[in-house]
Amino acid sequence: MKPAAFDYDRPNDLAAATSQIAQGDGMVKAMAGGQSLGAMLNLRLAQPQGVVDLRSIQELSSATETAEAVTLGACVTHARIEDRRVPDATRGLMPKVAADIAYRAIRNRGTIGGSLVHADPAADWVSTLSLLNATAIIGGPNGRREMRMEEFLLGAFETALGMDEILIAVRIEKFSANARWGYWKFCRKTGEFAEAIGGVLIDPARKICRAVIGATNGKPYVIHDARGIADQFDAHRAMQAVEAAGMGEDAYERQMHFVALQRAAAAIHTT
Amino acid sequence: MAVNKKPVSFQVNGRTIQATLEPRLHLADFLRDHEHLTGTHIGCEHGVCGACTLEIDGVPARACLTYTVSCEGAEVRTIEGLEHDPVMVQLRAAFTSEHALQCGYCTPGMLVTARDIVLRLPDADEARIRKELSGNLCRCTGYVGIVHAIQKVQQQRKVTT
Ligand SMILES: Cc1cc2nc3c(=O)[nH]c(=O)nc-3n(C[C@H](O)[C@H](O)[C@H](O)COP(=O)(O)OP(=O)(O)OC[C@H]3O[C@@H](n4cnc5c(N)ncnc54)[C@H](O)[C@@H]3O)c2cc1C
Ligand code: FES
Ligand code: FES
Repeated sequence: MKPAAFDYDRPNDLAAATSQIAQGDGMVKAMAGGQSLGAMLNLRLAQPQGVVDLRSIQELSSATETAEAVTLGACVTHARIEDRRVPDATRGLMPKVAADIAYRAIRNRGTIGGSLVHADPAADWVSTLSLLNATAIIGGPNGRREMRMEEFLLGAFETALGMDEILIAVRIEKFSANARWGYWKFCRKTGEFAEAIGGVLIDPARKICRAVIGATNGKPYVIHDARGIADQFDAHRAMQAVEAAGMGEDAYERQMHFVALQRAAAAIHTT
Repeated sequence: MAVNKKPVSFQVNGRTIQATLEPRLHLADFLRDHEHLTGTHIGCEHGVCGACTLEIDGVPARACLTYTVSCEGAEVRTIEGLEHDPVMVQLRAAFTSEHALQCGYCTPGMLVTARDIVLRLPDADEARIRKELSGNLCRCTGYVGIVHAIQKVQQQRKVTT
């Protein structure tokens, strides 16, 4: 339960961090909250030569708001989102999701960016940011680039982030006044990773009627036209979506994902 | 492999610590083995059990998921450093009277979490208290006494403040 030896550095600026990671040639890992990486190091599932702590890079902890969107630095913690110490673009969806991630001691350290890059299919931000089709802002030796969630997430524990790149922030477009949402996760124990996730978002002013099936074997399954699921819940359509998400084989998994989606649709809030 | 030790300077219970350490040394091991602060317990070493929960910069955190060299400039407070904290004095008395501990293994982490609940969520009802305690595993006392102890301190603080 003790990590293999690794080197440690805590640079103050992004350029230094990206160059250290790039020079590591895959053997140097970024660390944000350390709440997933720390466990992987302690269990020796990860044995990097070096760790680059991102927490002193100010931009990564900042949160900004425009008329259209909220941009959250990659190192914004779950607890800051839960407590609404950063602006919320989602009429309460993100604070609610944050509050149900793990436990407070984990939420005080764990970050939205770390969670997204870790890309555990059962993680809450992976599903939520897919439902929102948020934008990842990425930095590397060749400057910055942006990507929507559907391109950013490639599969289980797999993203489009290059070996020499850092996730800088995520941008979330603001919900309009009449937007409604629902989110449901099943876990065996409060605060555990999800067995199944369902999420729905209806925002007529932005022409969005979307749903997500999460905690699958790969990346979240986003239903872009979720009419008949998010609004009027049709069991047949929902079951088709669960099967399309790859969750149709096993009776238990199928039922869990179906009911998670059903409960998300039923829980649609008028916030 | 050559090990690169790193210097670090931070506070533990108000005392300045300066040390040069292997980066892989986590805070719970540092506190126990180097500082002989054995109140911080170790269970799972991957964030699940809560036995190692202490305060970093005023909020609960897992010592087992915190590498000591990453604590530069931080203020760490362990259960020992909370001895005279007024909320902790109340919680200790309530844990005793409500039978909130038996073996005591989970208790330091449980008390740190309990203190956070009392201060951050003074109006939390039983369901919320239980949710907030879900990250601290107690395998011998059970949660009834622990929940009662927290509720008792919530009540006491409403009367006195
Ligand atoms: C007991 C326990 C229960 C949990 N339960 C849940 C749960 O119910 N739901 C849930 O969603 N999560 C859960 N988590 C995970 C938690 O949310 C973590 O905080 C999160 O997965 C990782 O965030 P972090 O900031 O700690 O990242 P780290 O652990 O520091 O890093 C994770 C990975 O991302 C990389 N990385 C981090 N930041 C960046 C960046 N800016 N750019 C590039 N790469 C980066 C690291 O190299 C590493 O590979 C749980 C964790 C624990 C320990
Ligand atoms: S020892 Fe840290 S959470 Fe179990
Ligand atoms: S008192 Fe023994 S584990 Fe909680």
